[in-house]
Amino acid sequence: MVDLLYFAWVRESIGIGHECATPPAEVADVAGLIDWLAARGGGYAEALGDKTRLRAAIDQLFVPLDAPIAEAREIALFPPVTGG
Amino acid sequence: MIRVLVSEAAIDVATELDALECAGGGAVATFTGLVRDDSGVKELFLEHYPDATEKALGDLAAEAAQRWSLAATTVIHRVGAMAPGERIVFVGTAAAHRAAALEACAFLIDRLKTDAPFWKRETRGQDARWVGERDSDHHAADRWKQ
Repeated sequence: MVDLLYFAWVRESIGIGHECATPPAEVADVAGLIDWLAARGGGYAEALGDKTRLRAAIDQLFVPLDAPIAEAREIALFPPVTGG
Repeated sequence: MIRVLVSEAAIDVATELDALECAGGGAVATFTGLVRDDSGVKELFLEHYPDATEKALGDLAAEAAQRWSLAATTVIHRVGAMAPGERIVFVGTAAAHRAAALEACAFLIDRLKTDAPFWKRETRGQDARWVGERDSDHHAADRWKQ
């Protein structure tokens, strides 16, 4: 069980900012998680279909999309940041 | 002194400057970012990743304190809805001499742009649009990586 957080237009497309999920064991990294979620279709497919537009954090630290998720408690998916 | 704050409240620059000037350095440098009125923007909304933002800003402040000898560091970022002209971000540094204060201040704002989880949404009339990333921000942040 892992907490999933979505921000900005990823959150708007999916329609929620937070959910709990249990990805299957073959989902090994963030990219795999994105594909698994996108396969749900609808807003998930719209938000997560193009990985070049996505960034991720595991337990609040930015990670590349090939980062393993086995130990993750919280995974956030979001667009490139635009603060400042 | 390291002060990091993410808040919906307006940024009181006079109070922040006072605190930096009381830190005992001979030099204080500050940067203030304002909401731009880019082609008719009526509202800028700042979304963030609670806790992760404070952690990212705290990590940047700690990295600045390792690279330069600083008497004080302040990083404040507003979130929520703002109007053009309002302050969105404030960075201040105090050091013995100007070079450390100026360089650390530039480092903090450059790296904040790429390393902290904030997202801007601009509203023009009925049209709300998320702002895209800028290559120039990455180039500015990259010059501090060595």
